[in-house]
Amino acid sequence: MIKFKNGTVRTLLYVILIIYSMSIFYPIFLMIITSLKENREIFTRPYSLPQSFNLDSYIHLFKISNYLIYFRNSIIITLTSLLIILALSSLISYVLAKYRFIGSRFLYFYFIAGLIIPIKLGTIGIIRIMLGLHIFDTLAALIIVYTAMGIPFGVFILTDFIRLIPEELSNSARIDGCSEPIIFFRIILPLIRPALAAVAIINFIPIWNDFWFPLLLIRTDNVKTIPLATALLYGQYETNFGLIFSVLTAASLPVIIFYLIMSRQFIKGLSSGALKG
Amino acid sequence: MTEVFRKKKRYFILLFLAGGFIIYTTFLVAPILHSMFYSLFGGPGIVPKEFVGFQNYIQLFTQNPFKERFFGAFGNTIKFFLIVTFFQNVIGFFIAVLVTRRFVGSTFFRRIAFLPTTLSVLVAGFLFTLILNPIWGIFDKFLEVIGLGFLVRPWLGTPSIALVVIAIVTSWQYLGTSIIFYTAGIDAIDSEVLEAAKIDGAGLLAEVRYIIFPSILPIVGIVTILIFIGDFTQFDIVYAMASPYASPRYGTDLFGSLFYRAAFFPIGRGGWGMGMGATVAAIIFFIVTIGVLLLLFAFRMKGIGRKGEGID
Repeated sequence: MIKFKNGTVRTLLYVILIIYSMSIFYPIFLMIITSLKENREIFTRPYSLPQSFNLDSYIHLFKISNYLIYFRNSIIITLTSLLIILALSSLISYVLAKYRFIGSRFLYFYFIAGLIIPIKLGTIGIIRIMLGLHIFDTLAALIIVYTAMGIPFGVFILTDFIRLIPEELSNSARIDGCSEPIIFFRIILPLIRPALAAVAIINFIPIWNDFWFPLLLIRTDNVKTIPLATALLYGQYETNFGLIFSVLTAASLPVIIFYLIMSRQFIKGLSSGALKG
Repeated sequence: MTEVFRKKKRYFILLFLAGGFIIYTTFLVAPILHSMFYSLFGGPGIVPKEFVGFQNYIQLFTQNPFKERFFGAFGNTIKFFLIVTFFQNVIGFFIAVLVTRRFVGSTFFRRIAFLPTTLSVLVAGFLFTLILNPIWGIFDKFLEVIGLGFLVRPWLGTPSIALVVIAIVTSWQYLGTSIIFYTAGIDAIDSEVLEAAKIDGAGLLAEVRYIIFPSILPIVGIVTILIFIGDFTQFDIVYAMASPYASPRYGTDLFGSLFYRAAFFPIGRGGWGMGMGATVAAIIFFIVTIGVLLLLFAFRMKGIGRKGEGID
């Protein structure tokens, strides 16, 4: 990195970055404060801080919807898909990185081709398969779709990472009589933890926020996810500003807080993803 | 290695690959092939049974309303992509160069930049729809206060403006991703190279032109490809800010929203039946694939190819 010596350049830098940060903060800030205002206050004093912290619209939200259930569903779906993505793609990557066999190179291409396949375009087929398996309109349908969606990136990152692990480590374990699965679980898995974290972090946001698949695969109220509930509540109560802002805030605040706590890991994970490509 | 190891290996190779292979093939690869297959079928009913060859394709390109909607969405998607690419690549690159300077608060800015990406597209879309809402008028009043009141217009009510607005909201949300990607690339540049340039008297512009830009060109390629794939199937932002009917008058219709209506809406309310829906999906898939290959070529990235070679 190079240090700035020129004062005016530095001032300009701060001005640009402060304007940019304001453009990020202000809409989010506005969303949160508006959700805490009374309906009349939203229109009479739109820019100012709420006169009192008014949680009425949240109470209303929890009364008219099963919000906690949507929240629980989103957590179950996200965590389960992430776990399965990590498990399956680390197994695949281990084999593709360490063993050479007929078709191994083709298989690698086959898996990472998924990086450029927009899975949405296969939705007609996905719906028919889900109906055939009798899991349409269940959490399992979403988990399995997100798993398929996350595998290509998992394989892409983890194969590279495992390839860098020296073969001597595995060989000495073999001499000690360890079987291949034991080598994988005892030696490889602990070593690739940072890469697993990167894969989980990069997949987390798109899975948590996905709206397309719940919209098309979910009908029943008690299997809805937060994005789907957000869209339906917005459509239903569009004119009730207080309620709508509390819906938007309730949908975002948990992730914003999670991000603010984990931002270092997020940025590390994304950066390693960027450099791998 | 001995023969014993080899035999043992085969068995585990299959076991290790099986789960991921089955899920990936069944729920990602097969559905795409399924769409291509069904694009050759037509006829009444939800599930098309009658083999019609390329008739769906011919209809899509030559008959209204198919032709009008398809080329309308195609044009909008290209415009949308160009606007988002401009913001994310040009402005994203510029801000990345700024935040990689050494100054107080540099880490803070990087963390803030990614914040909007953590929101769902839906939330960002709804939030800006409300901010631009003329009844609440929070944005319009702001413009009046800073003396730009003459600019006020129905932001989401005019076709040509609405598309630009949703593209800007999308860029607002994802700018952080390109900033993180570019800062990662710039940080990875050997600091000795930068120091040497400094000693040779290179100014900031020369440094950007001759060192930073060429070194992160592959990352510019990745960001562009990610934007391309995302935008050519973008749906959520249209749903949130313009309804699935891409109001006003299909002015914000993108491939994602066109596919949604064509495949999943009842016939007569925007739906075209499943055969035609599959045709739309197949065409978008074809366009995305060609586009990605062109971009890979344009950025001289062997990318995927280079990675694979390490295996054998």
